[in-house]
Amino acid sequence: MADLSTNLAGIRSPNPFWLASAPPTNSGYQVLRAFAAGWGGVVWKTLGDPIVNVTSRFAGLNIGANKMVGMNNIELITDRPLADNLREIAECKAAYPDRAIVASLMTDCNQKAWHDLINAVQTVPIDGFELNFGCPHGMSERGMGSAVGQDPELVEQITRWTKEAARVPVIVKLTPNITDVRYTARAAARGGADAISLINTINSLMGVDLDTWNPIPHVDGKSSHGGFCGPAIKPIALNMVGDCARDPDVTVPISGIGGIADWRDAVEFMLMGSTNVQVCTAVMRDGFRIVGDMIEGLNNYLDGRGLASVAEIVGKTVPRFVNWNDLNLDYKIVANIDPATCINCNRCWIACEDAAHQCIDRLVDERGGTTLKVDEEHCVGCNLCSMVCPVDECITMVRVDSGESVHTWRERLSVPS
Amino acid sequence: MAEPMTPLDVKVEANRCLNCYDAPCTVACPTSIDIPRFIRRIAAGDLAGSARTIMEANPMGASCARVCPTDELCEGACVYAPDNSPIRIGQLQQHATDWLIADGRLLFAPGPATGKRVAIVGGGPAGLSAARDLAVMGHAVTIFERDELAGGLNTYGIVPFRLPTDVAVWEAEQVRRLGVEIRTGVAVGTDVAAQELLAGYDAVVIACGMGAVPKLGIAGEEAEGVWDALDFIRIAKRDSFVPGLGDTVAVIGGGNTAIDAATCSKRLGASSVTMFYRRGPERMTAYDFEIEFAKSEAVEFRYNVLPNRIVTSGGRVTGLELIRTDPAGTARAIPGTEYTIPVDNVIPAIGQSKFDALLDAFGVSHEHGVAAVDADMRTNKPGVFAAGDCMFRAGASDAMVVEAAERGKTAARSIDAFLREGAR
Repeated sequence: MADLSTNLAGIRSPNPFWLASAPPTNSGYQVLRAFAAGWGGVVWKTLGDPIVNVTSRFAGLNIGANKMVGMNNIELITDRPLADNLREIAECKAAYPDRAIVASLMTDCNQKAWHDLINAVQTVPIDGFELNFGCPHGMSERGMGSAVGQDPELVEQITRWTKEAARVPVIVKLTPNITDVRYTARAAARGGADAISLINTINSLMGVDLDTWNPIPHVDGKSSHGGFCGPAIKPIALNMVGDCARDPDVTVPISGIGGIADWRDAVEFMLMGSTNVQVCTAVMRDGFRIVGDMIEGLNNYLDGRGLASVAEIVGKTVPRFVNWNDLNLDYKIVANIDPATCINCNRCWIACEDAAHQCIDRLVDERGGTTLKVDEEHCVGCNLCSMVCPVDECITMVRVDSGESVHTWRERLSVPS
Repeated sequence: MAEPMTPLDVKVEANRCLNCYDAPCTVACPTSIDIPRFIRRIAAGDLAGSARTIMEANPMGASCARVCPTDELCEGACVYAPDNSPIRIGQLQQHATDWLIADGRLLFAPGPATGKRVAIVGGGPAGLSAARDLAVMGHAVTIFERDELAGGLNTYGIVPFRLPTDVAVWEAEQVRRLGVEIRTGVAVGTDVAAQELLAGYDAVVIACGMGAVPKLGIAGEEAEGVWDALDFIRIAKRDSFVPGLGDTVAVIGGGNTAIDAATCSKRLGASSVTMFYRRGPERMTAYDFEIEFAKSEAVEFRYNVLPNRIVTSGGRVTGLELIRTDPAGTARAIPGTEYTIPVDNVIPAIGQSKFDALLDAFGVSHEHGVAAVDADMRTNKPGVFAAGDCMFRAGASDAMVVEAAERGKTAARSIDAFLREGAR
């Protein structure tokens, strides 16, 4: 059994799986259920001046028969009195002292408001704060959430204010709705943040109803942009986590968020520099019970690789996430189609023929059967054929260069020809 | 036989389709329906487009969704078939065509009138398919149908739980809505002379199908309680009740019609239904899935046995005398092996007779009633074409609805070329 415990800037939890600040962490009832299921920590649904929510709040992105590959959300921060939330936080901490409870916070953009909120919350046992600078919908129109999270100077300033008052670590949650997330990540670090968490949700409009022409989701016929999350955003989140992890000026640990649905996603985020991970959409779809699979899956993975601690994987892929200029131009792979497992759907053929480099020959025998042959001389190794192939491992990409030569664009530019 | 799919089932199944390129299912379909396309359109919520994809390629697409031996055709060719999970193409096709039937829209329109007139003998799958395409090409088409309803075997000869009459009639109605005149209750050769058609039309399609089940040629065949299998199914389909059907039924034959008669008897209430086939099980011409279905309906099978005599009493069937045949499969009777069983009914299903005289009347050459045609459905007589069961040679091709539809389409293309050539 590998050691799954994590320590994010001093916040300890028995496993790296936290619930992100979101509807599943709205109440003590839910958090107790989550802890009973095994979650290592929670970031409580954002505390602040209670708001009024609309009904009709979420919408799902479905691809084919797969429901909720993404979702968006126009629900705001907590709509419950602060005192109720604090009492329940204390109850949860008393019931599960080994788990991490982090309070997500959002308030007006002035020093006093932040000091007051932090001091109020610190009256109960709490392991850390997470500043909600990311929420893209609703609150941003009132000058909060991503409205401040998009401005590096405000991020730095507010972080500094919170650090003046906070007696526990402060995590700054970053919005992806920005050209380059490194600017706000660096600002958080300059402001004294103990950690950053990313990404928050992405500006989105889920859809338009073909029958009524209403936007989706609609509130009495109208909608507003929401925050997009779920498996569909994982590549965007992973890129931003990687960018922060490899930035020398982002000097704080990272809590990774964005489309994590199983232990494999979590491993990817940790390899890309996350100390722990936060999950929301997968729980909204399947409930708290999924954490058991995540814990065991992660443990089995680590055991299988002979790793004693999950901390050993954190950041291991970061050095391999580089600028395009540093990629080896001499590396060459070509597609190889295994005739033994090919089911002759010819999806690779049409994909290569219409959308790639016309490098699969479709040979038709006298009985009308087809066999596929890769034109290795012209194959550029783009991977498209293997991506559309329904059979795992049927199309593999095989290395054909010597493996000894490394030549990058950067080198090419620096060497006069 | 499958129930209509639930919306959830449709969604999951349609999205499971891999959308193969040059898909083997389409290659396996005699009418070359672009199956991945119609499934993709279901998945994308365009049922009108899906139904059009089906019906354009196969004017009998709603019937074929129900009666095609999909294991042998599209589903058997599916790339998932080796993993025993082929896409349920037939059911998805039924889903799309059911939608069209309920929607009621007309998918096709008659083409600009060419002024050419085509007569079609027989309003079954081949005749209707030819008529649909000829109408779309702009030709004026008249179908002469001897029965009261169009649809041929689809309407009268396939058991109702596999193909309800209203589906077959709907398909004929779609053809009629294109301006095709369907003159029902008119038998060519009796009510209208072949010569009249040859003289009054620019082209003729003979799609008359086949006739009654031939006689067994044994004693007692005229007794009450003996039915030609096709007559039996026709009555069952029309009335949902067959007067005189008893508890114990013997069906003679080993083909799909024999299976239909047997399962139909079961569903009409016969408690014991046995099929008697003259050779071994491996030689039965019924599809495997049909045989399995019959077994699941508790139909019993006896092999290597021939009917020798129908035992009667007071003009009614009371028993059947059988004689065993050579187990080597020659179907030759072994003298001295006769035995008698009590039965209430005997239903022969040993094939269908041919319309030799009709073919002769048109001057079409034929071999034992099978019209001789080339690959374009042309007979020896210019302007006369043949499609469907009347040109299928035994053993050369399966007399499937989908094959008949394809021959009808081929005949239409051929006739169009013939008529346009004549116009030049």
